[in-house]
Amino acid sequence: MSDMLILGTRKGTVIFDRKGSNWQPRPIAHPGVPVCYATRDARDGTLWASLDHGHWGPKLSRSKDDGRTWEDITSLKYPKGARYIVKYLPTPDFNPEAPSAQPEYADATVLKIWNIAFGNADQPGRVYAGTIPGGLFVSDDGGDTWQLNRPLWNHHSRGGDLFAGDATSENQWNGTPASIDYGVFEPGIHSIVVNPSNPLHMYVAVSTAGVIETKDGGQTWEGRNRGMTNDYMPNPESDWGHDPHFVTSSKEQPNHLWQQNHCGVFYSSDAAKSWKKVSMPELGVNFGFPIAADAKDGRTAWVVPANADSERMAIDGKLFVARTTDGGQTWQTFRKGLPQKNAYDIVYRHGFDVSGDYLCFGTTTGNVYLSEDRGETWQSLGSNFPPVYSVRFG
Amino acid sequence: MTQHLYRFFPQLKDQEIVVRAGSVAEILSAINELAPGFTDYVLNEHGALRRHVNICINDSIVIDKIRLTDRVPDDATLYIFQSLSGG
Repeated sequence: MSDMLILGTRKGTVIFDRKGSNWQPRPIAHPGVPVCYATRDARDGTLWASLDHGHWGPKLSRSKDDGRTWEDITSLKYPKGARYIVKYLPTPDFNPEAPSAQPEYADATVLKIWNIAFGNADQPGRVYAGTIPGGLFVSDDGGDTWQLNRPLWNHHSRGGDLFAGDATSENQWNGTPASIDYGVFEPGIHSIVVNPSNPLHMYVAVSTAGVIETKDGGQTWEGRNRGMTNDYMPNPESDWGHDPHFVTSSKEQPNHLWQQNHCGVFYSSDAAKSWKKVSMPELGVNFGFPIAADAKDGRTAWVVPANADSERMAIDGKLFVARTTDGGQTWQTFRKGLPQKNAYDIVYRHGFDVSGDYLCFGTTTGNVYLSEDRGETWQSLGSNFPPVYSVRFG
Repeated sequence: MTQHLYRFFPQLKDQEIVVRAGSVAEILSAINELAPGFTDYVLNEHGALRRHVNICINDSIVIDKIRLTDRVPDDATLYIFQSLSGG
C-alpha cells in the first residue's frame, strides 16, 4: 500500500503523506499553475508534474528530492517537419456528405502534456509522455531529452508520413474537446499503458481515435478497437473514431484491460484483441471518465459514474463508486461516506487511482475521497481543494 | 517584461537589460544567453510567439509574430507582455 498521494490540480500540485491512518497534505507545489497530471516514478522516486501554463507553454516539472525542489524541463518539443492534418470542430453547417476538401497541414507544437508513464524496472530512465496534438514522446535519460515516436505520428490512420510529404491516407484521428482550450480541435494521447512483463508491449489511447497497440517497442502500431462502439457515429463499429476516456490494465494480469469510454464501460480479457461493453445503465454504470483496475485480479475494476455526456455531473446529485469483480458481468455500488444529496461532482479521466486496498479520487468541485477497503466505504480528505485533474498514489 | 517571467528567471528581476539592436528574434536570443531557457517560455518550438504573449517595440505591437523579423532600432525599448485571464 502506498504512503503518498499526488494530486494535479488547477492551482498546483498537492502531495499527501500517510502517517499512520492520517493523510497529511503538504503546502501546495507549483502554486497558481494548472497541473494537468502529476505522478511518481516508483523506480527511483522521481516526482513528475505536467504544468499547463496558459502563457508560457506546457512544461514538465521534475523533483528528484521528494518534492523539496522542482526543475522545469523544456526539452520536450516537436521536431522540425512534424506536421499533421488539421481538423476542425464540426459546426452546425458542417455537411458530412460534401466532398472532402484538400487536407490542410499544420506544424505541430506541444499544447498539452496530458499523460506521463514509465518504462519497466529493466529500462532505467525510460519515460513516456502523451500530448495534444497526439504525439507520444519517449525519453531514455530520465526526461533530459525526448524523441517523438515517429511510427505512431506517421501512422496510416493519421495520413501517413507527413515528414516525407503530403498525406497518403485519410486522417482518422479526430479532435478532443480538451484541445479547444488551445484554439484547435486536435487529438490527444491521454493513456499510456506499458506491459509490466514485456517492455516492448504497450498501448496508447487517443481521444478521439481509439486504442493503438505496439508489440515491438513502438516500431509498428495497430488499432485495437474491435468490439468498441461509438454510438455517435454513423457506423458505431468503425475501426476509428472512438473516444476512450481512459484506458488501464491490471499490473499483474496485463491482458486484462479496462476503459471508461464515451459510450460505456468496456473490458478486454484478451490483450485488447476484442472489447466487450460491460455497462449497466440501470445501476448508473455507463458514462464517466476514470477507471481503475485491480493490480492482482484483472476482472476487478472500479468506476465513478456520471450522468451523461450532456450532463457531466453526479447522477441525481448523489456520488457513488461502482465495482465489478467478475469482468463487468455484475456491478456493486458503494455510497457510504460519499455525499448523497446536492453533489454535482465530476471526476476527470486521471482523477482516480488504486493501490492495493486503497482507492482515491478527486473531483472538479475540489473534493478528495479515500477508501481503505477496496471502495466499500469512503472518507473525505478535504473539500476545499482546487479542481482536481489527476490523482495518483506514489 | 512581465514580472511573471521572473518566477522562472529570477536573474532577470529588476534588471534593465541592454543588448545590441537587431530583430526581435535576435533580441530574445540575446536575453536567452543571459537566462538560458527564456525563449522556451516566450516562443514555441518553431520560434513563433506564444499565443498569449505579446511584444511591443516602444509603443507598437510587433507585426511578425511567426518569425519575429521586426527590426528593433538603436535606443528602442522592447516590452514583453502576457495576457491575463482565468480565476
